[in-house]
Order: sequence, then structure tokens, then C-alpha cells
Amino acid sequence: MKINNPAKAGSLESNDIFVMVFPNENGNEIELESIVIKQFGKRIREVIEETLKELNVENAKIIAKDRGALDYTIKARVETAIRRAM
Amino acid sequence: MKLRRTMLFMPGNNPGMIQNASILGADSVILDLEDAVSIDEKDAARMLVRNALSTLDFSGCEVVVRINSIQSDFGYDDLNVIARVKPDAILVPKATSDDIEEIDEILSIIEREEGFKLGSIKLFPLVETAIGLENIRETILASKRNIGVLLGAEDLTADMGIKRTREGNEIFYARNRVASICKAYKIDAIDTPFADVNDVEGLIEDTKRAKAIGMTGKAAINPRQIDYIHEVFSPSMEEIMYAKRVLKAKEEALKEGKGVFSLDGKMVDAPIIQRAENIILKAKLAGIIRE
Repeated sequence: MKINNPAKAGSLESNDIFVMVFPNENGNEIELESIVIKQFGKRIREVIEETLKELNVENAKIIAKDRGALDYTIKARVETAIRRAM
Repeated sequence: MKLRRTMLFMPGNNPGMIQNASILGADSVILDLEDAVSIDEKDAARMLVRNALSTLDFSGCEVVVRINSIQSDFGYDDLNVIARVKPDAILVPKATSDDIEEIDEILSIIEREEGFKLGSIKLFPLVETAIGLENIRETILASKRNIGVLLGAEDLTADMGIKRTREGNEIFYARNRVASICKAYKIDAIDTPFADVNDVEGLIEDTKRAKAIGMTGKAAINPRQIDYIHEVFSPSMEEIMYAKRVLKAKEEALKEGKGVFSLDGKMVDAPIIQRAENIILKAKLAGIIRE
């Protein structure tokens, strides 16, 4: 999937994650901010990367601000943002 | 028999609420993609609910998804995405018999494609217009998937152009019609939510009124309403003790070869025995008694 426009999904509410997607030139790039970055930062990145892979996204910049979202929410918000960016 | 004393509405775009759905104590939860979700967030809510259904353990709590009307721009996408992760049921807003027939056909196709048992995804028509109320029989008969009807009084009274009140006299006819037809077709009749979440006394009175005319459960819009509604719709200890005595007396009468018998000087016949059996079954399902 090709990212054509900037797009966003999610919120800064507790248990949610706010995801912004931008077109990028050299592969995928993830900028993550989280209230649980020390405990779960690695896992959140993995979930974002997995979702990008599933959607065949190769050139996107993701800025994510996490408020304690579970995996199912991270995946849903990333997918929503990507589909909105197409 | 499935106990549906409460069906708790939860906004479909709120992950914090969705992931706590199973611990709030409601018999069913309704993940709402319709009124609780703004037009701009329909796609986000649909994906969130899809992921929740395919990932989270709802621990035996029945999960119903209210889709958008299939007359709207979102209904078909909702149905196509949500049915593939197999909710227990779909709540159909402003349902008509045509809507229900069409949704039934779409569900059958999806169930075949996904390898689900045919007919396993159930339907709940939402009655919230005057025409919906008057055509409710046809709507129920439009699909064998229908397991209950939910009365939506806010939209119904808006459609009628009448005022919604705390006492609810304006929906007396609607409640009676829904309760009677649902009973005739042996499906659940779920009462409209009570809108003022701070008015506990009003909620209890409203729930008692609904129960008295034959509604089998009530929708809730806040977890705080669940216990009060359950208390009204669960058999009381007094009712359970009397039901047990009726069934014991029935056993003794059978041993003695009596067809009709009396308890406390009153004749006990088939309807009283049936009511006693229902009370015991409900008490077991509600976890009030074990044996």
C-alpha cells in the first residue's frame, strides 16, 4: 500500500494510541512516545511493524503517542490511519 | 435458555471500555457502531470492534454489535467486516422485514465463506419507529436468526412527535406490543434504556414497569445500572423458595398418582408448575442457586 497523504487515527484517551502517518522515502520509520515505554516500548514497535508488514506498507513515517493501548487497539489504529492515508 | 436481564451499550470506538466489557457483570454487551460513533470515526470503530472480537476473551458475556443501518453508507461495510469475526448477534437499527431478510442472506454467505455454522450469528431487530413497531411481526418472521427485539423508545417517541417522560406512559402501548409479540414467537423482549443514569429510583421503577408487562430484560447505558436491573429481573429468594415447594409438592403428588394437588390451600395446576420451573431455571442461570 502506498501512503499518499498524511492521516491520523486514535486518541490521547487512556488505553488508546494516537497514530499519525506520513509519506516517507526510505522505508518505514517509527517515532514512539508512550507512558509505558520502558516496559512495553519494544512490543509496541513490534506490533506497529507487524501491522505495516501485513498491509504491505514500505514507505511510511509513523508518529505514535501511546496511552497504554493493548495490541488489538494499536493494530486497529495503525490500520485505520494507513487506510485513511491511501 | 440464555439470560438477558441486561444488555449494556458501549461505544464502539472506546478501547478502554471495550476491553473491560466482560467484567462489568452485564448478561450481554452491545458494542455500538451506530449512534455512539461520529460519522468521521465509523471506519476506526469498525476496525477496533473487529480486532476486539477476534482478540479479546469476553468470558462468556454475550457480545452483540449494533451496526449502522444498511440503508446508510456504513451498514454493509459494518456487516461484512464484523460478521467475519463472529459476534454472537447483530443489533439492527430501525429494522424492517426487508432489512432483516437481506442481512440474513448476507450472513449466510459470510458464514459459508468463513466456515461458521449456518445460522450461528443471531439477530436482534431494534424497534424504534412507528412503522417498525406496527410491522414487528413481519420483521420477526423475516429470519430464524432473530432471538429478541430491543425497544428503542428515544427514537420511537421522536418519530411519534411525543415527549419522553420519566414515568414512560407514552411507551405503554409500545412495550405491551413488543412484549406480547416476542412472547408469541418465544424470543426475548428487551426494554429501552433508562436515560438518567443518576436517577436510581426512577431506573428501578421503570424496570419494574417493564417487567410487569412481560419485557424479559432491559438495555443499560451505564455499568452502574446493571445491578439494579438484575435485581428486578432476578427471582427473589421468596419466589425461589415458593417455586421449590411447588416442585416438591408436584413430585409427591406424582408419587401418589394425583394429577391436581393443592399447596397452602390453593390449587396448583400446569401454569403454576411451569412458572415455578421457570423461576428455578432463571435462578440457576443467574447463579442465585446451584442445584
